[in-house]
Amino acid sequence: MKQIHDVLIIGAGVTGTMIARELSKYKLDAVIIDKSNDAGNLTSSANSAIIHSGYDPEPGTNKAKFNVLGNKMYPQIVKDLDVEYIPCGSLTIALEEEQLEILKDLKERSRINGVEVKLLSKEEVLKLEPNINPEVKGALYAPTAGVIDPFNLVVHAMENAIDNGVAFLRNHEVKDIKKENDYFVVKTNKEDLYARVVINAAGVKADKIASMIEDIDWAITPRKGEYYLLDHYKEGLVNRTIFPLPSKKGKGILVSITSSGNYIVGPSSEFANPDDVSTDAPTLANIKASASLMVPSIPFKETIRVFSGLRATCTRHDFIVEPAKSERNFINVAGIESPGFVSAPAIAEYVVNELVKPVLKLEKNPNFNPKVKPYHRMHYLSEEQQNQAIKENSDFGEIVCNCEHISLGEIKEALARSCPPVSIKGVKRRTRAGFGRCQGGFCQPKILLLLAKHYGVSPTKIPLNEDGSYIIDHLIKEAK
Amino acid sequence: MKDLTCIVCPRGCRLHVDDDMNVTGNFCPRGKEYAISELTHPVRTITSSIKVTNRQYTLVSVKTTKPVPKDKIFEVMEEIDKLSVEAPTRIGDIVKKNILGLDSDIVITKNID
Amino acid sequence: MRQIDLVVIGSGAAGMAAAIEAKKNGVNDLLILEKDDKLGGILNQCIHNGFGLTEFKEELTGPEYLQRFVDEVKRLEIPYKLNAQVTDLTNDKVLTYSSKEDGLVKLQAKAIIMATGCYERNAGAIMLPGDRCSGVITAGTAQRYLNINGLMVGKRVVILGSGDIGLIMARRLTLEGAKVLCVSEIMPYSAGLNRNIQQCLIDYDIPLYLSRTVSKVVGKDRLEKVILSAVDENLQIIPNTEMEFECDTLILSVGLIPYVSLLNYIDCPISSTKGAVVNQYMETMIPGIFTAGNCLHVHDVVDFVSQEARLAGRSAALYLKNEIDNNENKINIKPGNNISYVLPQFVLENSVDDITFKFRVRKPLKDQVVMIKSGDVVLGKVVKPALIPSEMVMVNLSKEKLQEVKDEIVISVEDR
Repeated sequence: MKQIHDVLIIGAGVTGTMIARELSKYKLDAVIIDKSNDAGNLTSSANSAIIHSGYDPEPGTNKAKFNVLGNKMYPQIVKDLDVEYIPCGSLTIALEEEQLEILKDLKERSRINGVEVKLLSKEEVLKLEPNINPEVKGALYAPTAGVIDPFNLVVHAMENAIDNGVAFLRNHEVKDIKKENDYFVVKTNKEDLYARVVINAAGVKADKIASMIEDIDWAITPRKGEYYLLDHYKEGLVNRTIFPLPSKKGKGILVSITSSGNYIVGPSSEFANPDDVSTDAPTLANIKASASLMVPSIPFKETIRVFSGLRATCTRHDFIVEPAKSERNFINVAGIESPGFVSAPAIAEYVVNELVKPVLKLEKNPNFNPKVKPYHRMHYLSEEQQNQAIKENSDFGEIVCNCEHISLGEIKEALARSCPPVSIKGVKRRTRAGFGRCQGGFCQPKILLLLAKHYGVSPTKIPLNEDGSYIIDHLIKEAK
Repeated sequence: MKDLTCIVCPRGCRLHVDDDMNVTGNFCPRGKEYAISELTHPVRTITSSIKVTNRQYTLVSVKTTKPVPKDKIFEVMEEIDKLSVEAPTRIGDIVKKNILGLDSDIVITKNID
Repeated sequence: MRQIDLVVIGSGAAGMAAAIEAKKNGVNDLLILEKDDKLGGILNQCIHNGFGLTEFKEELTGPEYLQRFVDEVKRLEIPYKLNAQVTDLTNDKVLTYSSKEDGLVKLQAKAIIMATGCYERNAGAIMLPGDRCSGVITAGTAQRYLNINGLMVGKRVVILGSGDIGLIMARRLTLEGAKVLCVSEIMPYSAGLNRNIQQCLIDYDIPLYLSRTVSKVVGKDRLEKVILSAVDENLQIIPNTEMEFECDTLILSVGLIPYVSLLNYIDCPISSTKGAVVNQYMETMIPGIFTAGNCLHVHDVVDFVSQEARLAGRSAALYLKNEIDNNENKINIKPGNNISYVLPQFVLENSVDDITFKFRVRKPLKDQVVMIKSGDVVLGKVVKPALIPSEMVMVNLSKEKLQEVKDEIVISVEDR
């Protein structure tokens, strides 16, 4: 007998997992699928991780609406989902006199969007951020902006949704979708799945998925953004997110602290094919040049990683959050580029309340628990708390990652949760093991063997990231 | 006439050997010895590792007690591949005597408790 | 909080040698902290030979070399803790470590020797261009997988960088059945020792391409191919010089960096080697904190690591007996012509011992003379027929000569 789900979400990025969590507030049979082997593996794990204030989107757009709503939801979400979040604020800086006019325009835009901002003089800027180019003329300060741990936001949203009854299917790539009777048949690379409502949150592939239902008048034209990630070698290079003035291509190349105390510099912006997350020297050189205009003393020699991510830029230049034209039960949530992270929880509420409710009877889930079980993040605990944790479980005393001081206990804790990591990067994103200057040089073998033991498989089966990205080719003396 | 790089020590002297087997460029007498050996019957010490049967994903390192002819390296490796031991191991434990009749033993080079 | 005379952080070639020497010089209240589950550090995975020629006058493998020190540590009953990671350090020498058995422990040390070794420059640090697939791995990590765990990282291998670990791994992987296609070095000369070029590459017909680097890594999930391009004298890629290699593995042997994250917690100046600034006693700018081995500067020969660490161990003993006067006149040591760095970076006048300067040249040079000068005064001169960057150079200066020094000493390498 085929199981017909009430709702099927395609794509376990920040949008999909937030929708899944929102749906788990109701008594539903919901399933979320992703072509990756983990939640948040693609765009959601390679972006600036900024919780934007909302001063920038054009008033009246979906971007403006969801950004401003989402921003207000974050303080509670990070508490419920136990995610690192620093409400550090942002500065958008003018380096030339004539740019001060643009700052005033942005201030007016903020007023319409309902975002608190303040214009700062040169002196005020340099007092807040002494390392900014002394040629700075002024800045727009947005105190409600913040930086978040993007990996655990998505993973913990997924975990919370799973804990509240949603099923998560990894490695399921959608091949085709057909309507049969009153439900959809979603053909995947694995089994066929059935659902009354389908939510398309497929990121850079959302147009492909939407076209399986009807002809669409929009497309996703992914834009790649390359970044530098710097070590957290010392505090105070910058203390918040520093933006240049926005342009047609986006918010420009920023310099920011991250929730983990590193520094991030980027992104570039160029059109790319939807699988291309490579980096290249000329683009990185341009980023370096642009960022150095704002903060001349960025120590690029402290780079520990360069990476790129894809924005799901849409030809409509706004978020698409609406049912398919021919089918109310097929909901497109597409073109979620920046400010997608901050908007995701607001989009999720809207999707469930305004688009799912009219087509599906929703009954409250009385057992819904908004919180994930707190994680031990030893680094943030007091000495007594750390000793208490080690006393209860000595694994918290055994450090596996020497750079970030991540314990065996923290890794095992991630493995014991309902959305556990299956790859080296999965462990890294959840626990920060391998996130430091040696980039896993010392701890990767230990973590790989731990994963192999945990899943009872050969070390050759443990991937770096996606299935297929194996690290160990064979056991010695075996394949000669 | 032949130019060689001495591999006896990290210094890596550039050796020059003339047609009458006179060696120059060597910092120490071992360089001369090496050069002549390298041109007449080149030999190498092999270091490798073998399985420890009673430990999962654990190897113990081994070496040849004497250098073996260079052209026998892969044959010796094939023999080494067949070897295994049980922990504990002690440095110097002989795993295989007189490997391939080359007058060199395979010995353990690491203590595993 | 427990008070202790000396803590040695790390138990590799440097840490054990330092602890042994300190103990022999009368330091009885000491402790070695080792983050791993056994003593010996990275030598545990260096199963090749070539160690110990200076220290023991015989050729040993890494594990054999380290065992000599382990035996001595045990004979001298020097206490050590395994699986103990130091997580914090203060200017006042309060140190915190974490371990399964003890939890978080704070120690108030009178002296500390940092012997934490180095880590490998990786794909991130060199901004390796191209895809983020698996199959790109640093040489040391591949070495650990292979030699400790018996896990092979690939079948068809390209090696970027001609550092010694890369060369050693080229041979090791070949012997274990992999096909090593080539070694690519961005510089016009090798970064490894001559003898390793011979016995690891030439012996196995593995080509070494100089002035060539990876211009693109290609692979969806696992590495599929690597593109090498020639570089000009400014190390910039020259277009249309691509060579393509189908391979499943790219091993990076692109340099080692002192692993001194602990120094970030204290006000200890760091030098261009990325290790601490030290005086002739291997003492950092924080009196009582000493450092030696690869966490100070990366060595090519382990015997010299142990030698340097013994100096640190003896110095710590002197310091504990108040025999080092940190208030003495400081003489700065500057790298001059053709030299990339020189250690120590400063010396305290009235030295207990003669001083050994260690340095590396910027490029291969022939027929040179090493000059030790203060202003116009030549303090010492050593003739060197050949110098290469991969080989650390040591020159001595007698302590009496220090009296002739005005304010600084410049070490330089000049044509003969």
